[in-house]
Amino acid sequence: MTKAPGKSTRIGRKPRASQGAVAAAPASPTFYLVEQEEDAHGHGSAHASPTPLGFWIYLMTDALIFATLFATYGVLATAHAGGPTQLELFDLPLVALNTAFLLISSITFGMAMLDMYEGKKRGTMGWLVVTALLGMAFVGVELYEFGHLIHEGATPQRSAFLSAFFTLVGTHGLHVTFGILWIGVMMVQVAQRGLIEANRRRLMCLAMFWHLLDVVWIGVFTFVYLLGALQ
Amino acid sequence: MSAHDTDPGAHPVAHDHGTRRSYLIGFLIAAVLTAVPFWLVMSGVLAPTTTAVVVTLLAVLQIVVHTIYFLHVNTRSEGGWTLVALVFTAIMVLIVIFGSLWIMFHLHGNMMPMAPPPVEAGGV
Repeated sequence: MTKAPGKSTRIGRKPRASQGAVAAAPASPTFYLVEQEEDAHGHGSAHASPTPLGFWIYLMTDALIFATLFATYGVLATAHAGGPTQLELFDLPLVALNTAFLLISSITFGMAMLDMYEGKKRGTMGWLVVTALLGMAFVGVELYEFGHLIHEGATPQRSAFLSAFFTLVGTHGLHVTFGILWIGVMMVQVAQRGLIEANRRRLMCLAMFWHLLDVVWIGVFTFVYLLGALQ
Repeated sequence: MSAHDTDPGAHPVAHDHGTRRSYLIGFLIAAVLTAVPFWLVMSGVLAPTTTAVVVTLLAVLQIVVHTIYFLHVNTRSEGGWTLVALVFTAIMVLIVIFGSLWIMFHLHGNMMPMAPPPVEAGGV
């Protein structure tokens, strides 16, 4: 109610904003002013879109999913039910290799993004291929590890610890798998349409997704593997 | 609200996606922060408790490094809203994880199957 006069004066001052201001709540005119300002720069950049912030908030909810899985694992980590323990199961050199794959893939994706901002299509595509291959190596090693554990009888059904372990690490691996699929989709899009604004925006979101998965992996290798191997 | 309205000169895009240099710096710090905890655990040079504390601190540090150098979160990006969302999420994550561990630890302690039935204590 009290906001109404403010809204009308804003529309009066800036008639170009009237479409947006009508659709939006009166409390958020700032958003449209920012967008207008970036339009004034000429071509709208990818940042003129609200998508990166929206995608960031999605990533934060994804982080909360992982927080619940970490909490579950933390609670059940000692519930071995007479089955194998972390110390007997975990192969740290293999985890170190996987960690290296994912860490290097973070910087190769960074290189892809830098080439994208410089408008280098070939460079972007090349770095995306390298990133996808590193991601596949990560998932491959993880599947090998899972297969090895299951072969030894350390299946998700064996104990609450193993259920929580496979859920947490498997959810992360599934995220990486979908990240690889997304890289493939974006490579087709960039090959067909080039580094147009929509593709740049999508690649920005994908980069955030990929880097967040690396952040989650820091938690996995530290709290699951390293601290597990200490017990 | 109006902080970035009145700041048209600073193009918000220009600073946010990093450079080859910043990516390399971030990568080198992250590599060290990854290698050291693996080495500490696999070599066992420190006592297990000390190792656990150091490894945990290094992980927190590495998460911060990734957030700054790879995710480019700073006070300016999206007018500060990415940082606000991140801080809120970090608080929620800590509450979820440590709250769960705290509650379940006590629940576990109070429901040990071999504990004597709490007739006198919980009778009334």
